[in-house]
Amino acid sequence: MIPAPTDPARDLRRLRAPADLADLAEKVVHAQRLSFEDGVRLYRHPDLLAVGRLADLVRERLHGDRVSYNINRHIEPTNVCATACAFCAFGRVASDPDAYEMTQEDVLERAAACVAEGATEVHIVAGLHPLFDLAWYEEILKGLKARFPALHLKCFTAVEIVYLAGLARVSPETVLRRLIAAGLDSMPGGGAEIFDPVVRSQICDNKCDADQWIDVHRTAHRLGLRSNATMLYGHIEGDEHRVDHVLRLRALQDETKGFQTFIPLAFHPANTQLSHLPGPTGRLDLRVTAVSRLLLDNVAHVKAYWVMLGEKTAQVALSFGADDFDGTVVEEKIVHMAGAESPQALTVERIRHLIREAGRTPYERDTLYHAVVREKAPA
Amino acid sequence: MTATATSALEAAYDRAAAGERLSTEDAVVLLAQGDLLTLGSLAAAARQRRNPGRTVTYIVDRNVNYTNVCVTYCSFCAFYRPPGHEEGYVQTYEQVAARLEELRAQGGRQVLLQGGHHPDLPLAWYEGLLRSMRERFPEINVHGFSPPEITHFAEIWKMPVREVVARLKAAGLGSIPGGGGEILVDRVRKVIAPMKATSDEWLGVMREAHLQGLSTSATMMFGHVETLAERVDHMDRLRRLQDETHGFTAFIAWTYQNPNTNLLRKVKDPAGSHVYLKTVAVARLFLDNVPHVQSSWVTQGPKVGQLALDFGCDDMGGTMMEENVVSAAGTTYRMTPEEMDRLILAAGWEPRRRTTRYEVLPPHLPTEVPA
Ligand code: SF4
Ligand code: SF4
Repeated sequence: MIPAPTDPARDLRRLRAPADLADLAEKVVHAQRLSFEDGVRLYRHPDLLAVGRLADLVRERLHGDRVSYNINRHIEPTNVCATACAFCAFGRVASDPDAYEMTQEDVLERAAACVAEGATEVHIVAGLHPLFDLAWYEEILKGLKARFPALHLKCFTAVEIVYLAGLARVSPETVLRRLIAAGLDSMPGGGAEIFDPVVRSQICDNKCDADQWIDVHRTAHRLGLRSNATMLYGHIEGDEHRVDHVLRLRALQDETKGFQTFIPLAFHPANTQLSHLPGPTGRLDLRVTAVSRLLLDNVAHVKAYWVMLGEKTAQVALSFGADDFDGTVVEEKIVHMAGAESPQALTVERIRHLIREAGRTPYERDTLYHAVVREKAPA
Repeated sequence: MTATATSALEAAYDRAAAGERLSTEDAVVLLAQGDLLTLGSLAAAARQRRNPGRTVTYIVDRNVNYTNVCVTYCSFCAFYRPPGHEEGYVQTYEQVAARLEELRAQGGRQVLLQGGHHPDLPLAWYEGLLRSMRERFPEINVHGFSPPEITHFAEIWKMPVREVVARLKAAGLGSIPGGGGEILVDRVRKVIAPMKATSDEWLGVMREAHLQGLSTSATMMFGHVETLAERVDHMDRLRRLQDETHGFTAFIAWTYQNPNTNLLRKVKDPAGSHVYLKTVAVARLFLDNVPHVQSSWVTQGPKVGQLALDFGCDDMGGTMMEENVVSAAGTTYRMTPEEMDRLILAAGWEPRRRTTRYEVLPPHLPTEVPA
């Protein structure tokens, strides 16, 4: 999937790889697949920037100088969730004063506001809550499609699909078929966390396992849906776990070609059961972006999700293999206070500036990476 | 890119890789067309030539802003209050001493003593302050009074800069911070800080300080109204003075930060971390005669502050128990010495504390006992 080199000698020179990465530089230049051991070596090599240059070469072969962004909105119908994942700061028990449950009307109203603000996509995910069952979601998807036929509905992590299937005593495939019939357009990549069973049991013991997650996406792809894939890093996992995770995704992608984008998610410890952990460093953020770009030779896009990374690290990630600068965008100017504690919102104008400053050409995309043409093009 | 442009870039890369002195043209080409990660690696190699090894230094210090009263009205500054303003203050010697007690409790070695340009505090007030600090806190170096402050003193005290520096030094001033350097090009200074010291005045104070044996740092605040060529001019003026005096210990760059001030109207798009890292890397390559390059975690945040160590920086600056100028400007990063250690260790370096003159103090962390 990565194009062959037109001038391998020039590419090799440009990589300026240290001697102990020369063999991997050769492989990357000649678009050869990297192994598990290669991945671990890339995680452990002290020269972070040399690893970044390898990933940047791959990104450039795939995407030239284009970097996309997307105007979307997230709607979370409820935060009530009994799953209690150790890393999660979102889920609440029903009795919690911060717990909320939206009605169908609430969701429709939210979506109307999103459309008015220019969103081409809504992203709907929620806690695992027995009242929000398959019938509830079928109804909301139908309602959304009826009112906003052009709005792309990207909904439900694989974890939710498995949960809905359990509630309704049907297979995940049946759930997917019914949701597709109701209007589901694609699936986000959440719930993947880390596939390794030992790590997984410590951070999200009650959640569906790796095989179930993979299987839901396999089925979704077979039914014609595109989806994304994520990985939550920077908690208790090691280099091998991250490589293993990404290679499982690569194996499925070989089969189905259904993943569009890989999204590394930086763990934020605040307000979670793992709040004693420091969270990832900026170096790890960039390393994960780069090594994932290099290993996932069959996935088109790697995202710099600035909501998690912060504007500054996300911009630098554009030089470490990322080609999609994503996160919810606001139209109104909200002063963006740097630092992970503060809520973040960037304007389209700021995003385009950050992409240009990184030496790339920004374009607005829809969910399926088609360029969006607006009547009044942003500056 | 044309063939000549490519070869100018390649030639600049080659000179940088060979450790040759870069021309101003080279630096402009690198800033304009260089690849971020290539520049980072070249700068990291330059850092290793200058300061070999895995040590990253920092200083335990604090900022004391003895007054916020200022008559200079810089458009980027959210800190100052004009004379007579109800929020204006001047700290007493006792208030300053209380802050130094807290610093001493942390093992601090430096106080960054700076203030607004107060219109009528006399020399005797400053001399008294410096003497009281030296008597009570001999281990704490007073790193104080940026060149614009010194120029301001010379004006209000009607005294040559040389004498101002000599009197302050005699009273206990240990070194001079590079604040107020901004961009040492008068076209730029006229836009962002028209009433502040001119570039010749700034450099003049530094030359005088160096001649009198005070070390100083050099700074650059960029990413506002300056062109790339002006950014390089700034570094060139620093490099020329350093060739003469060798008095600069370190170079510190930060991007213009502040969304709450008048300057924003003139600067639509403040620079991001990409430009910050690129500029720091080019600075490490260009300023071949300046021993150290600091990372600015205060303005860039801990993540990018830590990353800058991969782009040629070898020092993390100070822990800064408070940073009024920057926090008034909307940035609120804070760091304890322990967090600083963790940040440096997590990036794979060995943290060591230092003095203002970059003397590395004995290791302060327990070293691993071999099994
Ligand atoms: S299932 Fe999702 S919402 Fe529920 S606790 Fe786990 S991560 Fe949070
Ligand atoms: S930057 Fe310094 S000189 Fe300028 S207004 Fe602020 S306090 Fe005064």
